Amino acid sequence: MALLEIRDVTRHFGDYTAVDHVSISIEAGEFFTLLGPSGCGKTTLLRMIAGFDLPDSGQILLDGEDMVGTPPEKRPVHTVFQTYALFPHMTVADNIAFPLRMAGKPPQEIRARVTEALDDVRLPSFANRFPHELSGGQKQRVALARGLVNRPRLLLLDEPLGALDAKLREEMQIELINLQKEIGITFVFVTHAQDEALALSHRIAVMNRGNVEQIDEPSKIYGFPRNRFVADFIGKISMMDAQVMEAAPSHLKLDIGELGEVITAGKEGVKPGDKGVMAIRPEQVRISHPSNGAQLKNHFLGTVHDFLYIGDVTTYIVELSNGTHIEALLPNSAPGRATFFEVGDLVGVSWRHDAGIFLHD
Amino acid sequence: MTKKAEQGRTEGRAEERAEVGIKERTARQRMAKFFVAGPPLVFLTVFFVVPSLIMIATSFRFPGEFGGLAPIAAPVVSAHVSQGLEYGFTLEAYQFFFSDILYAKIFLKSFAVAAATTLICLVMAYPLALLISRSKKHLRNLMVLLVVLPFASNFLIRIYAWMIILGPESGLSYFINAVLGALGITPITLLFSPFAVLVGMVYVHLPFMVLPLYTNLEKHDPALLDAAQDLGATRWQRFWRVTWPLSLPGVFSGAALVFIPVLGMFAVPDILGGTGDILIGNLIKDQFLGTRDWPFGSVLAIMLTLAVLAIAGLAAWFARSAVGQRAT
Ligand SMILES: Nc1ncnc2c1ncn2[C@@H]1O[C@H](COP(=O)(O)OP(=O)(O)O)[C@@H](O)[C@H]1O
Ligand SMILES: [Mg+2]
Repeated sequence: MALLEIRDVTRHFGDYTAVDHVSISIEAGEFFTLLGPSGCGKTTLLRMIAGFDLPDSGQILLDGEDMVGTPPEKRPVHTVFQTYALFPHMTVADNIAFPLRMAGKPPQEIRARVTEALDDVRLPSFANRFPHELSGGQKQRVALARGLVNRPRLLLLDEPLGALDAKLREEMQIELINLQKEIGITFVFVTHAQDEALALSHRIAVMNRGNVEQIDEPSKIYGFPRNRFVADFIGKISMMDAQVMEAAPSHLKLDIGELGEVITAGKEGVKPGDKGVMAIRPEQVRISHPSNGAQLKNHFLGTVHDFLYIGDVTTYIVELSNGTHIEALLPNSAPGRATFFEVGDLVGVSWRHDAGIFLHD
Repeated sequence: MTKKAEQGRTEGRAEERAEVGIKERTARQRMAKFFVAGPPLVFLTVFFVVPSLIMIATSFRFPGEFGGLAPIAAPVVSAHVSQGLEYGFTLEAYQFFFSDILYAKIFLKSFAVAAATTLICLVMAYPLALLISRSKKHLRNLMVLLVVLPFASNFLIRIYAWMIILGPESGLSYFINAVLGALGITPITLLFSPFAVLVGMVYVHLPFMVLPLYTNLEKHDPALLDAAQDLGATRWQRFWRVTWPLSLPGVFSGAALVFIPVLGMFAVPDILGGTGDILIGNLIKDQFLGTRDWPFGSVLAIMLTLAVLAIAGLAAWFARSAVGQRAT
């Protein structure tokens, strides 16, 4: 039985449907992420799990028990808020002790557990500080320790790293993964940053306008996006209009207009005549001198329209003969070399037969 | 020149500029501070420090024959000077204050009334301030306006209105006595009693408790209550462990704004109190306007100031040690 079962949950605000028939089931010990653009209903869903809000329809079950009549203070679920919400009049130790005191634990146990929690988040000497004496990253850790100290069944984290700068964020991401692994508590993590979701999660639910578009492991989400929204939202991807000519289990043959045809990976539920797009990730596109590989399938000529030097890689934007743009990534393995091709150069682009994917409109 | 180097140079210049800017700004800020803080400082010196010194000096002198003060030195030749009148400086007024337990009793009673008024105001104002601070934004301003609206009418008129409300012919008196009568208790008079004084004091000072409390409560981050609830706190625990400790600065300023004025208030006991309901305020007022014993009046005023300072100091010390300075 799943630890948390969200069954067909809907929540309206006036005419607006913030969460629209969402069903998710989360296993114990999972690091589960709700990913989606701002305003897609992530916080609303999280608040319903915590008990601050109730679904208009549908059910939320924890350990198989419907939570509808259980107020937030009675749910074995704790939240790490984006603003941390540390109590400003309490020391770090008192903040962390708060859930233990509320649960009526004896003083010796509270002291021991607080010390342990401070060790867990690597702040052993901060017990007597006040929140205003902490940096952003330290506050974040105290909030984590406070959420975890009473060993909830579920820890909800609403964009907890949103307020940190990039470097600290990366550090905290690694710590989060380790902490979750170590303590084994189920995390439901909310973010609008796709790189963060991919880096942290066991599974991701991609949300859009109150709907769940896809639930999968990060590599599946990235490699096999189920629709155009997911493909576009996660990572970079180039798309061109396509119509299915031939559909075999191993491959598809697509008509991409005047450019001719491409071969892509096979996909269930696709039949000849279907319309949609062919999508390909930049790192799967090989860019080369025009003469190389001209005999291959999935090979097209174009001119370099623009390029972006990012440091480790350079992204080339290649304009094909029909005006479509396609992105190709080239690693800068030779130091000091920023570019192999200049704007206006004639180049060839190609990709493996199983690299491209077909997405229905 | 390479792009990077150029960039570095302009950055350096910007830093220099910023530094100069900071120096200029601090000088300007000092000037601005002086202009902003200067006038009130001068005002307070002239109208608070100087009068206080005059009052202290007055407390060491003899009362004049017909009130006011006796001259410091006896006139060289004067037929009008009566025999017993004394001149110069003396501790007589202080001796007089400490020689009669009556004054200590009046002090004590005044402090008791002030404390009771403060406590009642706090208990009444807190829920109201909480309600206002948790209302919708546009309603909040309206409610604050309603709280201060009584100030639009004259203070004495409002106190006289209470004379009528508490008077023997009022509906309230009839109602209370009807209830008491039904219970077999002899009728009571509400007016000219310590009860009436307390009602008046609370009525007059309630807004001074509501406003600082509201100002404080309105600033609380609602996420803190969510966090407390999320971590297992019941409604009661959320109040006592989060809202209340965070509101203590508001409680203390509200208490100061009620307690201190109540101590000096003479109009309310004058109008609503009986003959036995004299407080320090009445006593002091009497020394200056009735008995015209200025030195003794000054002694009373000084004692009152000292007592208030002692209490304020104690409260500040208590606030710092109990809550920490962090609670905002
Ligand atoms: N209490 C509320 N009243 C009205 N609308 C709300 C309320 N809470 C959220 N919404 C709306 O629901 C939508 C989803 O909000 P939210 O769940 O906060 O999105 P996210 O966390 O994904 O950014 C938004 O359009 C928001 O304006
Ligand atoms: Mg949100």
